[in-house]
Amino acid sequence: MFNARTLFLSLLTLTAVEAQAHRAWIQPALTVLSGEKAVVSFDAAVSNTIFIADHAALRSNGLNVTAPDGSVRDVENLHTGKNRTVFDVTLDQQGTYRIGMASSGLSARWETEDGKRAFWPPRGEKADPAEFSKKVPADAKNLSVSYNSRRMETFVTAGVPTDGIFTPSNKGLEMIPVTHPNDLFAGEAATLRFLMDGEAVEGVEVTLIREGTRYRNSEDAIELHTNKQGEVVINWQGAGRYFVEASYRDNKAQAPATQRSGGYTAVLEVLPD
Amino acid sequence: MTIFRQTALAALVVAAATQAQAADLTLDIQLPELAVAEYHKPYVAAWLENGNNEVVAQLTVWYDVDKRNDAGKKWLKDMRQWWRRGGRSLELPADGISGATQGPGEYQLTYSLDKGPLANLPEGDYRVRVEAAREVGGRELINLPFHWPTSEKTIVSEAGSSELGKLRLTIQP
Repeated sequence: MFNARTLFLSLLTLTAVEAQAHRAWIQPALTVLSGEKAVVSFDAAVSNTIFIADHAALRSNGLNVTAPDGSVRDVENLHTGKNRTVFDVTLDQQGTYRIGMASSGLSARWETEDGKRAFWPPRGEKADPAEFSKKVPADAKNLSVSYNSRRMETFVTAGVPTDGIFTPSNKGLEMIPVTHPNDLFAGEAATLRFLMDGEAVEGVEVTLIREGTRYRNSEDAIELHTNKQGEVVINWQGAGRYFVEASYRDNKAQAPATQRSGGYTAVLEVLPD
Repeated sequence: MTIFRQTALAALVVAAATQAQAADLTLDIQLPELAVAEYHKPYVAAWLENGNNEVVAQLTVWYDVDKRNDAGKKWLKDMRQWWRRGGRSLELPADGISGATQGPGEYQLTYSLDKGPLANLPEGDYRVRVEAAREVGGRELINLPFHWPTSEKTIVSEAGSSELGKLRLTIQP
């Protein structure tokens, strides 16, 4: 039966890295805060229209907060409704926080003897690497094994921005900012760098969509590719919140995978000058 | 005896004459009367930047200093250019810099160019920046550029169109 949970979990296990019809996002009410112990509210959903909760609430498994000092904690006041998940984060430290989730796993596709498509892990299940050799026939027709990683995040800063949370994990596709993500202004070009498994990679497809797509006819997406330094330079289309999506795949995978792919999404807020 | 007293007195008069012209920078800020149903005194900040967009000195910031538990600091970030140009690094309240919000009227602030943070400014282009943000209102940022050093009294005038009225910068070298 098709439901939101199946959809989200299948998003996690998708082997193809083509643009997804649904976008998953975590959006803070504010990204720049002054004063002590601010509490920021967030909306999170999987939707068709950017930042409009028109489809399904984001499942919060794996959602957490990384504080400026590197400590990891849960979100507060979490509520998962039908179309939208909401939660709060108390900024008791000064500096930059990350809110998000990341996951990765093996997946395999092949054709059975009677021409039917088979895949592992089954829909809705997490891949257990120990099961791989048992569940995936080594001599299967058109066998394709890939290691896929997914990351979704956003950032808020209380007071002076800090860099502690940007230490790379070296796993999957991740964004290490050159321009701090909570210091973005409409008239100033920003530079973002992407790493795949810890290395700067060329050819990451980066798409940025400014909020308000409901109120215009075209998405007017900004499409970029990273250069050899793994960087893209963004010239903003004005102030507002942007949905950022990046994807990458190549054959530099660890056995038994022959391909690796990384997907990344983020929400960035650009202030007016 | 008499000659000594006269010489001493003359020396005092000469000394007084050379100290009469202290170099300073005066900023006149006008906050306009606004015909709005719900008026809140604006948060205002003024600071000095050099030709490389670097902050040279914080001049003044007006915010709700009296709120309990420093709750007035919550809206400082609405002065969004000031916030990233030193505002967020400033420990508030700051002696000689921060003060309470003001209502419509004219205010004059004077800063010494002989001593303190504005003393010995390197040669170059500068600008005093004034930013105002008002609760349930708007935000405005005005720049007052000047070149230093200058041998003559320099006046720079600007006018805001919404949250700030007339602004005047007077450099007295």
